[in-house]
Amino acid sequence: MGLHATQYRGLLGWIDARMPSLMTAYRTHMSEYYAPKNFNVWYFFGSFALMVLVIQFVSGILLAMHYKPDSTLAFWSVEFIMREVSGGWFIRYMHSTGASFFFIVVYLHMFRGLLYGSYRKPRELVWVIGALIFLALMAESFFGYLLPWGQMSFWGAQVIINLFSSIPAIGDWLSTWIRGDYVVGDATLNRFFSLHIIAVPLALLALVVAHIFALHDVGSNNPDGVEIKDHTDAKGRPLDGIPFHPYYTVHDLYGMGFLFMAYCAVLFFAPELGGVFLEGNNFIPADPFQTPQHIAPLWYFTPYYSILRATTAEFMLWLAGGTAVLALLVCLRVRGIWAWLAVAGVAAIAIVLMIVPMVKLDPKLWGVMMMGLSVTVFAALPWLDQSPVKSIRYRPFWHRIVIGVFVVAFVILGYLGINPPTPVRTMVAQVCAGLYFGFFFLMPWWSRMGTFKPVPDRVKFKAH
Amino acid sequence: MIGFRFGRTAIAILMVATSLGAGAQEVRLDVWPTDRANDLAALQRGARTFANYCLNCHAASLMRWNRLQDIGLDDKQIKADLIFGNQRVTDTMTVSMNSHDAKIWFGKAPPDLSVIVRARNTVEHAGTDYVYTLLRGFYRDRSALTGWNNVVYPNIAMPNIFWEQQGARETTLTRVEYQDVPPADGKGPPRERLVQTISHFDASGNVVVNRTELDQGAAGISYGFKPVDAAAAQAVDAEVADLVAYLNWMSEPTAQTRRRIGVLAIGFLVIFIGVGRWLNSVFWRDIR
Repeated sequence: MGLHATQYRGLLGWIDARMPSLMTAYRTHMSEYYAPKNFNVWYFFGSFALMVLVIQFVSGILLAMHYKPDSTLAFWSVEFIMREVSGGWFIRYMHSTGASFFFIVVYLHMFRGLLYGSYRKPRELVWVIGALIFLALMAESFFGYLLPWGQMSFWGAQVIINLFSSIPAIGDWLSTWIRGDYVVGDATLNRFFSLHIIAVPLALLALVVAHIFALHDVGSNNPDGVEIKDHTDAKGRPLDGIPFHPYYTVHDLYGMGFLFMAYCAVLFFAPELGGVFLEGNNFIPADPFQTPQHIAPLWYFTPYYSILRATTAEFMLWLAGGTAVLALLVCLRVRGIWAWLAVAGVAAIAIVLMIVPMVKLDPKLWGVMMMGLSVTVFAALPWLDQSPVKSIRYRPFWHRIVIGVFVVAFVILGYLGINPPTPVRTMVAQVCAGLYFGFFFLMPWWSRMGTFKPVPDRVKFKAH
Repeated sequence: MIGFRFGRTAIAILMVATSLGAGAQEVRLDVWPTDRANDLAALQRGARTFANYCLNCHAASLMRWNRLQDIGLDDKQIKADLIFGNQRVTDTMTVSMNSHDAKIWFGKAPPDLSVIVRARNTVEHAGTDYVYTLLRGFYRDRSALTGWNNVVYPNIAMPNIFWEQQGARETTLTRVEYQDVPPADGKGPPRERLVQTISHFDASGNVVVNRTELDQGAAGISYGFKPVDAAAAQAVDAEVADLVAYLNWMSEPTAQTRRRIGVLAIGFLVIFIGVGRWLNSVFWRDIR
């Protein structure tokens, strides 16, 4: 077999003749990937997330050169990195600040999707893969948070792993299996280290590649939510599309300046961010015999942790009521006796398990399920959103208010999760949990209500 | 501006709403004078106090003696003035008291102080304020194991290290909290009432307790000291402030380097953003 006929000269030509897939990939994803020209500031966060991933990989590799995954040494090795390794403090803060920034950037990236309907057909798979990335990211940060082996690392892991023990029959066995011991210990630390630096990063990387491949197959959405591929020139290039490279590479490079500005402001001037990014308690070595007064996960988990805590015995009646209302609404939508029976049956079983004495499940278990649901429900958005238009720009104004209320509820849940619970706080959290799930599960109804504005044929764009 | 103000109001409402019925009460912490943070003289005085008073029970096992060069001391000074035993300047600040003995003597091993100020940081208060208030918050209490108790850390295992300089002090502790009180006529279930407990400790630690029921007021704990020698007590305040400056520095000796490099990094990024903006506009000029 001969060489591939190449259009390139010199070394690149030599390589292209033997491995044409390299330049094919470059053209597919960079120079001939046509992105809509009307991206706004929200469209920075995808490439920001990629940048933070790189930061975490690089700083993580450097940290692993000095870190000791051993329960007697781990805490001290982290402080050793901070004090004795040259530039160690910088590497460590890069990683700890990067972890929080990863979530900030990813949350804003997801919010962009919500604003402009980026998950709608044909981009469902892009979104679902993204939801998996989010789960992998949570696993990654959970495993990583144990490694400094401070009090919060230890007790946070203890609380989260104990959640599994609320599963009937196999729970205790399962949580012991996860820990590798009856308490969080050296075995747990070692396996979390392994998962944190090998297994989950590999999965994360593979998912990110899949996310980008899936995106580049269908093309990017844009703030107007119109399909740029509907209007192409003679060569099949979208009229409103511009090559990703060089236009969006320089654009993102410029944006990176602002990302790094925020990142460096925290890293150099407030790496603890007042105890939110690095908790004070985690500067105390893990002590299995001394439970801290107040255990809270890091800020990016607290909205879901709040939902877990909000699911109390008193809340079960409300949960059952919500399930009943939802089942009724679904029954009104579906056609056919079997569909009705299926919906009513599932709802009835759930309600029985929530409130009927003797057979009802532990509220803690429901809390765990609600928490699980709260982090996975994002994946269902492509099917929950029934709005006739994608972008918020052409949806009724009050849809913005609905999204605003959801964001406020999410932030309040996050705030409450950082703080110890009180009766009033728990009630606020329960209301916010209701708003949180109401936003998603009532979306098939509210998202199609109201007067929609006409969507333009082409994207709106003002030259710079 | 309106958005900003609205945001602040929303946060304030949220804080008030969620603090209703908040559980544990804490005393209000004194504010550590932050101007000592980078004051070399204060840091050096603090290091001396640390070596003289703390470093007998508490270790700072992450702290190398010669790191004190960063606060302007040379190896000779460190060796001559600060190291009492036969340690070298390249050793870390360890102590010979072992934790097994400590547990028998005090009921608890004294914590390592290398990062103690950072460990006491919370979302609500700074670790420096906590340690500053704690070290000045000892009072005589005959019921305590060591004869000393603490307003910040009730039933602390540590005795008052500065008692000789500080001199005797009388202490008044006022605690207002909700308690279940049996009704005056002894009939019916106990009712929740706001109860004020004033405990007056004399200089020898003898206590007189006074309980009254209040009709209105806010729950909380407050305290007051009446030193016999006010000047001596004030001198100890200054000494503790220096010590906290040192502990704060020791918690993160690289903090100043970090901020200095930070300024350079931000400066670089300003230029980076300027160039990026220009580059972006040049490339996007032909996009209409």
